[in-house]
Amino acid sequence: MDELVIEPGRVESQYWKDVWRYRQLFYFLAWRDLLVRYKQTVIGVAWAVLRPLLTMIVFTVVFGKIAKLPTEGNAPYAILVYAAMLPWQFFATSVTESSNSLILNANLVSKIYFPRLIVPAGSVITSLVDFLISFTILVGIMAWYRYWPDWRVMFLPLFIALACAAAIGVGLWLCALNVEYRDFRYVVPFIAQFGLYVSPVGFSSSVIPPKWRLLYSLNPMVGVIDGFRWALLRGQAPMYWAGLLASAAVTAALCLSGTGYFRKMERTFADVI
Amino acid sequence: MPDWIIRIEGLGKRYRVSDVRERNRYVTLREAAVDWLKQLFLPSRAAMEDFWALRDVSFDVAQGETVAIIGRNGAGKSTLLRILSRITEPTEGRVRLKGRVSSLLEVGTGFHPELTGRENIYLNGTILGMTKQEIDRKFDAIVAFSGVEKFVDTPVKRFSSGMQVRLAFAVAAHLEPEILIVDEVLAVGDAAFQKKCLGKMQDVAAEGRTVLFVSHDLAAVEKLCSRAILLEAGRSVADGPTSRTVAQYQSNLLQVAASDLTARHDRQGEGFARFTGIQLFDEDGREQSVFLSGKPLRIRLHYRAGAPLMNSRVSVSVNGWGKVYFLASTELHSHEALNLAPEGFIDCVVDQLPLSLGAYYLSPYLEVNGIMQDWIESASILQVEDGNFYGTGKDYPMGWEGKTVLVKHRWEVPRQPDRGVPDCHAAGRVNG
Repeated sequence: MDELVIEPGRVESQYWKDVWRYRQLFYFLAWRDLLVRYKQTVIGVAWAVLRPLLTMIVFTVVFGKIAKLPTEGNAPYAILVYAAMLPWQFFATSVTESSNSLILNANLVSKIYFPRLIVPAGSVITSLVDFLISFTILVGIMAWYRYWPDWRVMFLPLFIALACAAAIGVGLWLCALNVEYRDFRYVVPFIAQFGLYVSPVGFSSSVIPPKWRLLYSLNPMVGVIDGFRWALLRGQAPMYWAGLLASAAVTAALCLSGTGYFRKMERTFADVI
Repeated sequence: MPDWIIRIEGLGKRYRVSDVRERNRYVTLREAAVDWLKQLFLPSRAAMEDFWALRDVSFDVAQGETVAIIGRNGAGKSTLLRILSRITEPTEGRVRLKGRVSSLLEVGTGFHPELTGRENIYLNGTILGMTKQEIDRKFDAIVAFSGVEKFVDTPVKRFSSGMQVRLAFAVAAHLEPEILIVDEVLAVGDAAFQKKCLGKMQDVAAEGRTVLFVSHDLAAVEKLCSRAILLEAGRSVADGPTSRTVAQYQSNLLQVAASDLTARHDRQGEGFARFTGIQLFDEDGREQSVFLSGKPLRIRLHYRAGAPLMNSRVSVSVNGWGKVYFLASTELHSHEALNLAPEGFIDCVVDQLPLSLGAYYLSPYLEVNGIMQDWIESASILQVEDGNFYGTGKDYPMGWEGKTVLVKHRWEVPRQPDRGVPDCHAAGRVNG
């Protein structure tokens, strides 16, 4: 029979093994969140579609038609915006959801053991489903403009993975801070709002002066959005490789430090929550 | 195969005192920032204190044993349970468990009202540690046990609370753990549910599984457990046959109740205001330790706070072994908001003490604006001698001392129809 040993530091040493052991819980929590989301509201699915679509229309009108910002090559401005709106919306939703996830599941956290990392990470998975639904709209828009991507689209999964990593990294930080400081939740919507305007969602990153471009790319979403546009717009948005590397490096740093901070705080979650 | 299924060696859990505060109240970023600035400019503030919720606890439990963990609030019972169920890590020591642990305190954990019964069974089962295959296998049995077959595809929010509890319990009951932990938290359920839980515990024990039972209810402990461990201030102070441990617990309670209230740490609440002492007076205003049934009792609760206490509520409950005899509370006495000076006392006067021969405990409680400030269980002892409550010289039937409160009442015997018995001058005048 298996012997379970509980002693100081034990959870630390078996952490990733436990995450693997509890993978079914991971799946069930994501499944629950999805079921609830799409059950509770008739517009559950519509929501995933409407939000990016409406924002895209507003941005296209404001930045493309009124401010007359340049597009990339001959790509329609709507597609330029939507290709950025997709990863941004995914990032914003996952960060918001995962930052609240532990508080929402406080009754689980204070009553049973499981690697807490599962909860915020599960929220990212849930948001990924929303992302896939919104993605079908992109296909619709591209059909409307008769503008199809080329072979570069095969690299899209890579950028989706990068977006996931960025979301998990930021999500873990905010999630742990949220448990520690309850007024932190007021900061999260602000970050999401603010990020929308400092990330190149409504405009192309090529409007950023070249000398600032690398600094600008320290925002991890800049690399993701540029990557999405590069992959979807037939390379008409040329890839700024140094920027992508910078974004990827920041993302990696966020993930590592986020995991570290989360696990440091994790030991006291049950006592605090 | 060793002869133990749970082995606990030198287990200890330390909290920083600030952690303890955080458990009662959330910290905001703003407060943290203010604290940090204060620390920067006024570094004289006392450093964080350590508090051992559990220390040097060691014991073995053999397979098939039913062991009770008893002790007062704050003695470390729940900390021990939290460590055993891995919710929190110990600071030192080690626990070795040979088998799956599940606890009835998790009944219904993770139930989601929007999901159907079926979905909740899977969700709850997974949360409690079953695999999907296991749930597939036991699904029909769980549904049959719960008795909600017809509604298994209805959202749980449409279930009555009784149905929800049954369903949750059915899932927990099919876990088949080697080690079952039962917390007194189950006391929140209704009587029928408690009975079911206790019944399940007996079944589990009869199957040769191991049960750890944590409770205040000494009667249930004596009924169910062969062995009991007494925790006091985080340490295990007695371990042996239930009757012996329970007796020691009771005699320790007597000693504790006699001590100064400011030294008591097993209290709950925010602590903005604290009880500092309890005095008991008789009808002539003399401080006494023993009181007579039916005579007046004045309970004086001394307290201290940093500021005047507006809109407060004070109560004192009188309890004996595991049950409350009566509760006196200021809001029952008056509709007006109770405002108290920053320091002083408040008296609760019982005109006729409705208790019979025995020893009782007083547990004072204080809240301000609906927030508990202080609550000390068994803060003081109240010794009662036979008095003359009913004016007949007899307060209770044989063998009922200390088992019931005394209530003023009378009996009415219907007037006997006149059967023409000639000599009945005594009858009919009893109620006269």
